[in-house]
Amino acid sequence: MIESLDPRITREEIDENSVFSDLKELDQFETYEVFHQKKRGQQHSHVGIVHAPNAEMALLYAKEQFARRGQTCNLWVVKTQHVFATDYDDSDIFETTEEKIYRDPGTYKVMDRIKAYKEKNNLS
Amino acid sequence: MDFFNEQQVLAAKELLYKIADDHLILGHRNSEWTGLGPLLEEDIAFSSMAQDKIGQSEHLYNLLHDLGEADADTVAFTRNKGQFHCCQMVELPIGTYDFSLVRHFLFDFAAAVRFDLLAESSYENLAKIVKKYRGEVKYHTMHANTWMMQLSAANEESHTRIQNSLNELWNQALGMFEEGPYEGILKESGIFLGEKVLKERWLSVVLPLLEKYGLTVSAVNYWKPVNGGRAGQHTEHLQPLLDEMCEVFSTDPSAEW
Repeated sequence: MIESLDPRITREEIDENSVFSDLKELDQFETYEVFHQKKRGQQHSHVGIVHAPNAEMALLYAKEQFARRGQTCNLWVVKTQHVFATDYDDSDIFETTEEKIYRDPGTYKVMDRIKAYKEKNNLS
Repeated sequence: MDFFNEQQVLAAKELLYKIADDHLILGHRNSEWTGLGPLLEEDIAFSSMAQDKIGQSEHLYNLLHDLGEADADTVAFTRNKGQFHCCQMVELPIGTYDFSLVRHFLFDFAAAVRFDLLAESSYENLAKIVKKYRGEVKYHTMHANTWMMQLSAANEESHTRIQNSLNELWNQALGMFEEGPYEGILKESGIFLGEKVLKERWLSVVLPLLEKYGLTVSAVNYWKPVNGGRAGQHTEHLQPLLDEMCEVFSTDPSAEW
C-alpha cells in the first residue's frame, strides 16, 4: 500500500504496483473564453479561459477562477471555437506607414487652443 | 434583541453550535477534495466553497464567544466528538464525487433556507451575519443544482450514481432537522422559527427539483431521520476527522498564527 504524508492518499489503500494510465491528449472539456465586467456600464474585458462541458458550468467556474477577489458585477463566457481571430501571419496588416501620422489623433495639437478658449471664456 | 434571559441564551447557544459545527465539519470534509477534484476548475470551486463554510463557522463561533463561550479556535479545535452538535450526515467520509455532490446539494439548500429564516431573527447580530452570506450561499446552491441537473441527465451511469447517493443520503439529510430542547423558546423569542418549519421549506424547494431531474425519494412513511448528532452522538467517522483537523493546532495550542 502507498504510504503518503497526505493521509487522504494513504486512506485510499492504493497498491504500490498500481499502474496509472495517463490522460489521453485532449481528454478534457472544451474551453470557454471568460469576460469580466467590473461595474455596470463598463466594458467586459477578457480575463482568461475555463474548461467546462457547457455554458452553465463555464459560468460557475468563471466565477470561481476570475471573480473570487475584487469587484465584479457580470461575467460572459463564449465558446473558444466561436471566436474568430486574425492570423498571426497577417499581423503586418496592423502596421501603418509613418507618412500618415496625421491619422493618429495624438498628433493633433489643439490643447493650447482649447486652453486659450477656456481662459478667454472663464471656463475651467 | 439586545438582551437575552438565561433560557434564551441557552437556546441561542444551542442553535449557534449546531449551525457552526455543521459548517465546520462539512467544510473540512469538502476540503478533502482539494487537489483531488475531477477537474481543475471544479477543484478550485469546491475548495473555495469549503473555505466559505469554514469562514461562516468562524463567524458563528465568534457570536458564541460573545455569549460567553471560549474563543473560536478553542471551540473549533479542542472539543472532543461528544461535544460536537453537527448532524451525522456532514461527518460521513467524502466517498465518491457523486456522493459529495449530493450531500452538497441537500446540505446547501437547507443552509440557504436556514439563513433566510435567520435573516429575520430577533437576534440582530445573527441576522446581520447571515445576510452577508446570501451571495456565497446562492452560489453554493447554484453550483450544486447545476451539477445535479447535469449528472441526472448525462447518461445512465451518472443518473444511477446520483440516485444511489441520494438513496444513501436521504435519511441522513433528514437528520439535519433534528429538534433540540429549545424549539419553543427559539420560536417565542423570535430567534428562529424552528426545525419543523425549516424542514418543510427545504422539502418544498428540494423535492420539486429532484422530481424535475427524474430522481426519486422513498414515500414519506419510510423516512427515518438519522438523528443523534445534535445531542453529541456521532458515527465512528467524526473522531478521526477531528484528530486530523486538530493535528497542527494541538502540536502547540498557544502558538500565534
